[in-house]
Amino acid sequence: MSTNTEEHSVRVEAICDRMAALEGPLLPILHEVQEEFGHIPEGALQTISKKLNLSRAEVHGVASFYHDFREEKAGKHVIKICRAEACQSMGADDLGDHARHRLKVDWAQTTNDEKVTLEAVFCLGLCACAPAAMVDGKVVGRLNKDRINQILDEVAS
Amino acid sequence: MSIKVYVPIDSGSVALGADDVATAIAKKAESTGADVKVVRNGSFGMYWLEPMVEVETDHGRVAYGPVSADDVDTLFASDFLTGGEHKLYLGRTENIPFLKSQTRLTFQRCGFIDPVSLEDYRKYDGLTGLENALKMTDEEIVTAVTDSGLRGRGGAGFPTGIKWKTVREAPADQKYIVCNADEGDSGTFADRMIMEGEPFVLIEGMIIAGLATGATKGYVYTRSEYPAAIRIMNEAIEVARAAGVLGDNILGSGKVFDMEVRMGAGAYVCGEETSLLNSMEGKRGVVRAKPPLPALEGFLGRPTVVNNVISLCSVPVILEKGAQYYRDFGMGRSRGTIPIQIAGNVKHGGLYEVGFGLTLGEIVEQIGGGTASGRPVKAVQVGGPLGAYFPKEMFDTPFDYEEFAKRDGLIGHAGVVVFDDTVDLMKQARFAMEFCAIESCGKCTPCRIGSIRGTEVVDKLARGEDPDLQIELLTDLCETMKFGSLCALGGFTPYPVMSALTHFPDDFKPRALDVAAE
Repeated sequence: MSTNTEEHSVRVEAICDRMAALEGPLLPILHEVQEEFGHIPEGALQTISKKLNLSRAEVHGVASFYHDFREEKAGKHVIKICRAEACQSMGADDLGDHARHRLKVDWAQTTNDEKVTLEAVFCLGLCACAPAAMVDGKVVGRLNKDRINQILDEVAS
Repeated sequence: MSIKVYVPIDSGSVALGADDVATAIAKKAESTGADVKVVRNGSFGMYWLEPMVEVETDHGRVAYGPVSADDVDTLFASDFLTGGEHKLYLGRTENIPFLKSQTRLTFQRCGFIDPVSLEDYRKYDGLTGLENALKMTDEEIVTAVTDSGLRGRGGAGFPTGIKWKTVREAPADQKYIVCNADEGDSGTFADRMIMEGEPFVLIEGMIIAGLATGATKGYVYTRSEYPAAIRIMNEAIEVARAAGVLGDNILGSGKVFDMEVRMGAGAYVCGEETSLLNSMEGKRGVVRAKPPLPALEGFLGRPTVVNNVISLCSVPVILEKGAQYYRDFGMGRSRGTIPIQIAGNVKHGGLYEVGFGLTLGEIVEQIGGGTASGRPVKAVQVGGPLGAYFPKEMFDTPFDYEEFAKRDGLIGHAGVVVFDDTVDLMKQARFAMEFCAIESCGKCTPCRIGSIRGTEVVDKLARGEDPDLQIELLTDLCETMKFGSLCALGGFTPYPVMSALTHFPDDFKPRALDVAAE
């Protein structure tokens, strides 16, 4: 456990060193840490705070403010369904309900088998091809029930 | 010479299968021995035709759409490489009525060019505005932008030239240009489209802003929801740097400007300029009280221009063709053109750039072609989640900052979301409050607490608990939020709520409100 933590902090330190020259480096650092570990590990906050000469509370305050940063690892697949108005006008609420029902999770939850995390997103800028979603970073437009079922089948397999 | 086939790289087009189409075309060309070069261009913004494939023929660019990967075999069989007839044939791109009837100034090259080809950009007169600006004094550039009548396209509509003048006159060792590309409003995608389709125009606009104000460093703050825009912007910045457009010696002038892209982290409120600056500084995206203005104390306390993407992208054409040319478009105090984004339940959704002044009805019914579902239009929300819902009776409202304000609405970032008659405006009002609660930065009480109380009041109204009292409460709460909030999030949430209540009172009758669980 402790070696794991040490290894973590070495990797986090390396990220901090790489980003140190940026003006306002904290958000880029947090993005990199999440990219590397899949979430922001508890110990990373301490390491970052030391490196940037901030209090741990300040770093925690920033990490917890933004919807993107996770305390826990996400599932193997992440499905983000847009819940904003343009997508609502094309039936996004029903799609969201359907996905939650099929996956047996609520928004921002991961299925028991840790395969899928379902998230709400407010606008992907695909408002003229609504309803839209992002599946593992890939955008999908003009969703309907068949298409979402197909996506859910794919991520479950 | 190989035949150029264009398949958009725009996220909207990719979301509808453009990557598969591009791959299928390349494969088929290889197997048939056709000499084809697939170019990934930006989108023209006609999303009902996406993925729209174009072929460069002897008689111009010919379009086909919407193309799916399954159509590729028949396209080849119909000799589409020479512009052959096919059921998806649309004729010459520039003659498609939706495109032909526009006035494209800001988006003049978007769709026509390979987004990261500086050569393409120059071929379509790119960098002319910058070249002209390099021959002018900083004061002359500011005057040109002021005279053009350009106002902030992010929504506030503040005159761009005046903002630049303030920064130009502020003494400092370092000044900044910050491009607000945190396009979070539902129904808007103009920033995304231009960053993905014509990134050099944003780079050019930011350099000109730097020359005008004495800022040597620029940032584009955009959303993590826009990975393709970030990738393409970064690539274009690299190209511009290598070509000497950015860096220590802009086009050989000895002038300095460089820039980078910063990614947000999923906070809507960071589209507000002061919370954006806090976010860039590595803080919580909490709103700052004004004054001090960002123009005087912005990023890291230095004088900073914070402009929307579309404002900055409109600058090169002003410097290229002159302030008078730009200000001749538009109406009243809304000068120039506005890229209207037609979205939601609409037949012809997309981006339509035109001078200010079209009526809402013309936009929705003539250009947008009515609803996608074929049902009657019931409401149109203009200006994103903080914009008002307008009923059909208000379709005579001209698209203009002041005209919308007169009718208790706003044009915001010019997104128009169409709803058919299945929409429930009480549900939309509740959503506006819920969204404000989710995205509130928490700094001021009317927004942080008011939004939660707002959802509760709407729920009581739905349950029929003393409805008259709830409507009075909701109205009073909206007044408090409107006048007591620090920024537009809490301050403008009353627009969708009150417009729904005022224009669609029948929807606010007690009944079971089908509310998505949180």
